[in-house]
Amino acid sequence: MKPQSSCVRIQKEWDIVGARHVARDMAKELGFGIVDQARIATAVSELARNIYLYAKSGQIIFEKIDTMESKGLSIIAIDSGPGIADIGQVMQDGYSTSGGLGAGLPGVKRLMDEFVIQSEMGKGTKITTKKLVR
Amino acid sequence: MGEVINSSIEGYKDLLKSFIETQDERSLYGVEMMSKSFLKNNILPEEIVDMHIQALEELYPELSQEVKHSMNFLLEAMISYGIKQQEIQSLKEKQFAIQSEISVAAKMQNTLLKTEIPQAKGIDIGAISVPAHQLNGDYYHFVKGKDDTIGLAIADVIGKGIPAALSMSMIKYAIDSYPEESMKPNVILENLNRVVERNVDPNMFITMIYAQYSPRDNKLRFSSAGHEPGFYYNAKENKFTELKTKGLALGVLGNVQYQEYMLEMKPGDMVIFLTDGVTETKDQGRFIETQEVLDPIKKYKDLSAQEMVEHVFKYFEQLQDFKRRDDFTLIILKKEV
Repeated sequence: MKPQSSCVRIQKEWDIVGARHVARDMAKELGFGIVDQARIATAVSELARNIYLYAKSGQIIFEKIDTMESKGLSIIAIDSGPGIADIGQVMQDGYSTSGGLGAGLPGVKRLMDEFVIQSEMGKGTKITTKKLVR
Repeated sequence: MGEVINSSIEGYKDLLKSFIETQDERSLYGVEMMSKSFLKNNILPEEIVDMHIQALEELYPELSQEVKHSMNFLLEAMISYGIKQQEIQSLKEKQFAIQSEISVAAKMQNTLLKTEIPQAKGIDIGAISVPAHQLNGDYYHFVKGKDDTIGLAIADVIGKGIPAALSMSMIKYAIDSYPEESMKPNVILENLNRVVERNVDPNMFITMIYAQYSPRDNKLRFSSAGHEPGFYYNAKENKFTELKTKGLALGVLGNVQYQEYMLEMKPGDMVIFLTDGVTETKDQGRFIETQEVLDPIKKYKDLSAQEMVEHVFKYFEQLQDFKRRDDFTLIILKKEV
């Protein structure tokens, strides 16, 4: 039986690829179509890159959701970096965390079905997202 | 959006099939129309690639693995474009909301700052004020006194847009509260200066000319607070002279004294007041010379004052290729012959 959850540490840029890989494998097993697989992988990329760029180290936890009501993938990105001073600002369209080229956190929110962000200055950031199989 | 895709897939497949077989332009036109409808329904690029993959697999079940992988690769490359498309859509909606708020503000400004050009015996008055964008940072105002004296204010806020528009309302209501007939132009500016100095941000200034024309002695008395100099046209000599004035812009210092100037208007004479939106007109990147401001005025001098300001405005609008960089205000007083 395949694992129901998985955790990837992000420290080097190469770890972003590892996180994408885990995300895609789990998404495939859960029965996501190729469009959603690609969206999930891109969202994970963005979350992992944010950790790599701003927090230097952190982890991404993947958990399969498989209940009577729903089926999907939960992705939690946790770091103990500097935290986000103004969440409203980073969640604004047009404001991008990765130098204007990435999807930014609003992009992650669009790619996924659920998105919750918590951050505390000096302590770190936790982003919880979910995508359900339609 | 899934529904649009699902209902389009058969049509897409047919078009694709016919194109692959005959390379006809008609299929390409068909897909153009389809692509427009996708855009309208906010279908993202990765969804179109996905639909393409499905259509291809249904048409060619024997499709090689290499082609299939390459299509998945293409789909992956589209994801970021899809995110951008959604972002642009949401920014567009926001911009639209801001636009309509500004146009409400502009309408309100027009109502608040409304002034009528007074009819007076012996003097013909024309005035025009056109904002560069929706909100106007220029302002003019007329007051007609009981003794037929005409009071006139022309002002320009240093700065544009919303802050400028807001402070103009303040100026208007301050002027309205003065007992016009009893006050001289320099006293009015001194009072306004105190209002502006107390109520407006220290790095915002307003320049203004306040003028009074008295039909009894045909004299124009005026004072200037750092405003763009006006011009006097002497009909007899067919000559323009600049109205040199001294005076600090409103809001710079607390207690400022202004000087009063006077000139007599003889039949056919004109006085021109304007804002720097007129004098700082650019013709192909170069600021125009004073003479070039006066030329069109001279050209239209036989028209009524209102026709003159409108023609001069049109002239400058054309000169600048219909791109206004600054608010434009022009007032002409013409002593009737």
